[in-house]
Amino acid sequence: MALWKPDPSFYPSAKMAMQAPPERHAYVAALNPAGTDKPDAICVVDLDPDSATYAQVVNTLELPNIGDELHHFGWNACSSALCPYAPHPHLERRYLIVPGLRSSRIYVIDTKPDPRKPQIIKTLEPEEVMAKSGYSRPHTVHCGPDAIYVSAMGSANGDEGPGGIFMLDHFSFNVIGPWELHRGDQELAYDFWWHLAQDVLISSEWAKPSQFENGLVAEDLLANKYGHRIHFWDLRKRKLQQTIDLGAEHQMLLELRPSHDPRESYGFAGVVVSTEDLSASIWLWYRDNDQWQIKKVITIPPVPADEKDLPDLLKGFKAVPPLVSDIDLSLDDRFLYVACWGTGEMHQYDVSDPHNPQLTGKVEIGGVVNKKGHPKVEGPLLGAPQMVEISRDGRRVYFTNSLYSSWDDQFYPDKMTGWMVKVDVDPGGGISLDKDFFIDFGETRVHQVRLEGGDASTDSYCFSS
Amino acid sequence: MWLAMILFGAFHGLNPGMGWLFALNLGLQQRSEKVIWLSLLPIALGHAIAVIAVVLLVLAGLQFIPLATVQKFSALALLAFGFYKLFNYYRHPRWVGMKVGGVDLVVWSFLMASAHGAGLMLVPALLGGSDAAHPHHGAHALPQGAGMFLAVGLHTLTMLLVMGTVAWVVYRKLGLAVLRSSWINFDLIWAVALLIVGSIALWMAFAH
Repeated sequence: MALWKPDPSFYPSAKMAMQAPPERHAYVAALNPAGTDKPDAICVVDLDPDSATYAQVVNTLELPNIGDELHHFGWNACSSALCPYAPHPHLERRYLIVPGLRSSRIYVIDTKPDPRKPQIIKTLEPEEVMAKSGYSRPHTVHCGPDAIYVSAMGSANGDEGPGGIFMLDHFSFNVIGPWELHRGDQELAYDFWWHLAQDVLISSEWAKPSQFENGLVAEDLLANKYGHRIHFWDLRKRKLQQTIDLGAEHQMLLELRPSHDPRESYGFAGVVVSTEDLSASIWLWYRDNDQWQIKKVITIPPVPADEKDLPDLLKGFKAVPPLVSDIDLSLDDRFLYVACWGTGEMHQYDVSDPHNPQLTGKVEIGGVVNKKGHPKVEGPLLGAPQMVEISRDGRRVYFTNSLYSSWDDQFYPDKMTGWMVKVDVDPGGGISLDKDFFIDFGETRVHQVRLEGGDASTDSYCFSS
Repeated sequence: MWLAMILFGAFHGLNPGMGWLFALNLGLQQRSEKVIWLSLLPIALGHAIAVIAVVLLVLAGLQFIPLATVQKFSALALLAFGFYKLFNYYRHPRWVGMKVGGVDLVVWSFLMASAHGAGLMLVPALLGGSDAAHPHHGAHALPQGAGMFLAVGLHTLTMLLVMGTVAWVVYRKLGLAVLRSSWINFDLIWAVALLIVGSIALWMAFAH
């Protein structure tokens, strides 16, 4: 369909995007764990405070297959379409690209004409995805200026690596092929993003499918066999340029959040757990004389706990690790949100000086031991802050509580349910739970949240201001 | 012929996707206004090379094929390309990269111009111009050629001037937010223009 002017949700710079109107609804990945015989779904949540159905699920698009394991997903197009080297300004931000992490199936979901009633318009079956991309277990989706980029955890044949990145055509959504031309010794995959205006792609490491699909493999973790390296690629030549090892004890290097300002060359990466002291950490990458450097800028210590309060996996440690799973950076590159899925805390750091983050806010909910409740519901809550999403203006933060079905059951064995909450942000720093916003998804678990018109982990900008 | 050359030059100059926005972006990224103006030169050069390549092809063709046949062929080519573009106006050459030097910009601009049929579009005008002065091919190709290159020069100069003006106005006065409201679908207009020019050229070729 021909657009006469650029999609109104495209902005040349992050600064301009912060002036965008507030989001009116969110799309939330919902999964029904194995054994429930129910398919996964994309839920539409009403976020318009003036609506009668505010803070409720107004529609559930059930998928036609069972066991996809929805996890992350993304928009087909975003502000990167205005990048001048490959401009596609008349693409529409309209389709959600939704991979099944377990099934390797990819759904293309149309959010028009009625954004509250999305429809599947195309399905890439696992055989096709694997045959054309060379990969399986698709994960992160990013809208690039020239294609849709998708990371994948495994190779096409089997449960081992290497995982990597492949591309989808912007218009037909067909798999173009693997992205890398020279991958060096990169083997493990997880998240990726880029400094688009500097031709740099960054990728992180989680694990091989055999190390996560049936739950966290404790022996592998204690043997430091999960990912602990970060990779810097030449985005134009599709070539690995530099790899930094954080140290084998820093297990599971997950989310990558580069600065939104295209002139800056730094970003944040989260490490789930250190096998030396159970701490979690946030690392800052930055460029120094054309070489990438990385250093630990935040350490979050574990909390001692009584053995009887701990799940089997943690009993021997007599402590709850913070387990930093997701992090997210506001569009003005000022606040970094850090989800501690073990201890049940959401932290807000002022990272105006990225080398010296300052803790400016904290909310507590859920947690392995605390199980802290929410003002709107009675009783303790299982699960904890996990996938975080920040509104474009930076005033509202939404998060959900599920990590990955089989891992949820290991850390929260007492039948975790799915929920989504909202946090209000004080513009000067500081966060507080919105007492009236609590969405109960029941036995269905909820994962990534995508906001109407874009959010802080979707769009990339080629212009500074 | 001259008017067409100038108008098409101005159109390419206006289109953010054909050059000025890239130049502006490079300047902003490197925090240097000078970079904006210097980047426009290789972009114009790449565009000119793409057009000249087509002109050379036409001149070569005229050595062997009668003018009327070249006119018909080029008109049909324009129509076919316009028809393709009408349904694929959004497709552009894949050329990944923001950290570019002068040579990169020449290549990028050459690719963009070629892929959009910038040179092809000028063929009817060029042939029309040569037709009026010299009804026959062969020995007269050289003076024809000189006129054509002059026309290409004028086309490129117009494009450069318009690019520069637009970049200056956006940089100094309007700001980048103007992209959101004014980046109209130049690609679709171009596809329609290809079809119109192709139709006129075909009609003229057969009207002889």
